[in-house]
Amino acid sequence: MTSTTTERAAAPARPGRRRGGPSLLDTKRQWWGWLFLAPFTVVFVLFLLVPLAYAFWLSLHTKGIATGGESVFTGVANYVRVFTDADFLSGMARVGKFVLVMVPVQIGLAVAIALVLDTLATRLSKASRLLVFVPYAIPAVIGALMWGFLYSPRFGPANDIFGFFGLDAPDFLSRDLIFGSLVNIVTWQWVGYYMIIVYAALRAIDPSVYEAARLDGAGDRQIAFRIKIPMIASSMVMIVVFALIGTLQFFTEPTVLRSVAQGAIPTTYTPNMYAYSMAFSYSQFNYASTIAFALGILVFIGSYIFLYATRKQSGLK
Amino acid sequence: MRRGLRRAVAASAAGLAGLSLAACAPGGDGAPADNTSCTNEIKVPDATRVTLWAWYPAVEQIVDTFNAQHDDVQICWTNAGQGADEYGKFSTALEAGTGAPDVIQLESEILPTYTILDGLTDLAPYGADELEDQFPAGAWSDVSSGDAVHAIPVDGGPVGMLYRADIFEKYGVEPPTTWDEFARAAQDLRDAGYDGYITNYATNGGAFNYALFAQAGWAPFDYDPAERDQIGIDVDTPEARQVLSYWEDLIDRGLVSSDDAFTSDYNTSLVDGTYAVYIAAAWGPGYLEGLSDADSGAAWKAAPLPQWDPAEPVQVNQGGSALAVTSQAKDPEAAATVAMELFDDEETWKIGVEDAGLFPLWNLALDADWFTDRRYPFFGGQQVNRDVFLDAAAQYPGFTFSPFQVYAYDRQTMALYDMVEGPATAADALATVQDSLVRYAEQQGFTVR
Repeated sequence: MTSTTTERAAAPARPGRRRGGPSLLDTKRQWWGWLFLAPFTVVFVLFLLVPLAYAFWLSLHTKGIATGGESVFTGVANYVRVFTDADFLSGMARVGKFVLVMVPVQIGLAVAIALVLDTLATRLSKASRLLVFVPYAIPAVIGALMWGFLYSPRFGPANDIFGFFGLDAPDFLSRDLIFGSLVNIVTWQWVGYYMIIVYAALRAIDPSVYEAARLDGAGDRQIAFRIKIPMIASSMVMIVVFALIGTLQFFTEPTVLRSVAQGAIPTTYTPNMYAYSMAFSYSQFNYASTIAFALGILVFIGSYIFLYATRKQSGLK
Repeated sequence: MRRGLRRAVAASAAGLAGLSLAACAPGGDGAPADNTSCTNEIKVPDATRVTLWAWYPAVEQIVDTFNAQHDDVQICWTNAGQGADEYGKFSTALEAGTGAPDVIQLESEILPTYTILDGLTDLAPYGADELEDQFPAGAWSDVSSGDAVHAIPVDGGPVGMLYRADIFEKYGVEPPTTWDEFARAAQDLRDAGYDGYITNYATNGGAFNYALFAQAGWAPFDYDPAERDQIGIDVDTPEARQVLSYWEDLIDRGLVSSDDAFTSDYNTSLVDGTYAVYIAAAWGPGYLEGLSDADSGAAWKAAPLPQWDPAEPVQVNQGGSALAVTSQAKDPEAAATVAMELFDDEETWKIGVEDAGLFPLWNLALDADWFTDRRYPFFGGQQVNRDVFLDAAAQYPGFTFSPFQVYAYDRQTMALYDMVEGPATAADALATVQDSLVRYAEQQGFTVR
């Protein structure tokens, strides 16, 4: 994999020499390339490829606790089991719902805020940019713990706020509302990050484009929707892919909130949580690897479909 | 430039060497090269070192006492987390084949989970089989099977009823002694104007709910570690339905709350008068004392657990723990010595009782006047051991847990939450748990009887 990248990167630098063998200089350069890649390659192989291969090997074996801890090769049996496992499938359906709700909400908010900040040139815009971004700087676990307290019926502000209007506060940690409560935490945490990416892309657009559009009679709204958004399409595709993958691997926030809502967030809430409890609560390392791989396959398929569908916008065509 | 790089590499290599030297240093001459860092101070550096994972409060004092008394064995203690946190690390270490401590604190309900993984060393060959008469019969049956002794009992959780005497007095209601009276008292308190709940039924209280079922005679698992591929699973029984329907009814009538246990909301409700009764194990009072926002006028009293049939009282246990020697112990004999002797000492138990609020499962402590007659300031000077917990511990018959107990608890929490929140009934919930456990056991290669 690394070799193809180097070749591809080196290719434009030597047009016309493709037919003959590489010169001595090129060979030397390649060695330097390898040297510079080495630190990354070692880490990449040791901490990503090797564990992945090991996890795949585990997923092809089965070790029942009643069979004396003997590991038996069972081929794809675990994969058959996982794709018929009601807990895994319901977890997948749940993260699917999260994708449908959370990704549009996050991206919509991030783009809206970025567009507004892009048109403002006051000190206020700098301050708001920072304020929107700050939640991303808070570690996810701390953020989720903090929201856990805010949602708490006793310690949170909801009781006071609703009580002021003579109403009963809803229980944000109940089964009906936990979905929205989680969407809220993730949105709060990530909108700032996506906003910064979109904002940076907007700043990279040459202002003369806007002047030309204005001369042609475009209004602010038309500039926003007809000029700015199409011009930052590739950044948008990128953040949607980030959001998509992050949501399918949903783990941290529900795991932290589970400490205050064990009923509403069961151990099978998301596929990642299911894999985690399989491995570390039930000692089912083989099946946990299978769940993780199955999730990985689905994430890959999901991302691929999305990237294929948006190949025009992203410039990957 | 290049020379600079080389120098940097040399410097960092020297640094690494220094680090590894430093890591070796505390071992001293002749001592086992052990890179574990101890939380406590080792008094005899040359002695055999035994690593211990334990979360007992005041464990540091207890370990220090042991180390001061022993020249040949020294305990190196680490707190690897309480309950599930520690079990996760232990399971991972067992799978990895390395990284487990020599001696580990485990709740007795989790022992079958680890014996089936060959994670524990049988202590009978090291003399533990001769200790049987030092412990209450129920506690001993929880840690042993056949001739094998999987762990040494330490502290127990005989269950009683802690109640707010001031609330019962204020509303003119008598504290209940049977579950019928308990249901009536719940209604009477509400009718008299008490706006809290008589108690809370937590769907995530795994061991607590097991104890309540067990009181009605529920024995869901038929499992013997000697026949590790056989298991009987009988969760959905008339006894369990009776108990669960009872609580479902009280919850439906709004007399009992169904908050999750062990959250900060729940902790506050325990002590601020939201719940009038806390059905608790003997370690419960220690738990209550550690909570903040308590009612200043609270008057706690302890009474025996309400009974289904007062003519034939049944006592139950929730939690408590034991010391086991892991299969990775470097020196099993020294490790067994630690497991057997860490708590076989009155001085240690005075620390355990007075500073840590533990309930001993060691007959010499249970029979000692200083323990039986101890007056607890938290209960207004009541002798709660004499009044409640000693009987409960003595009459507890033991309980058979499954070799996949964490899974069983998680499934129970899911089903009970469905019952409390949704249309499912007690019978539905129990049937769901039964089905999922049987399926899981079969997937694990058990023959389900």
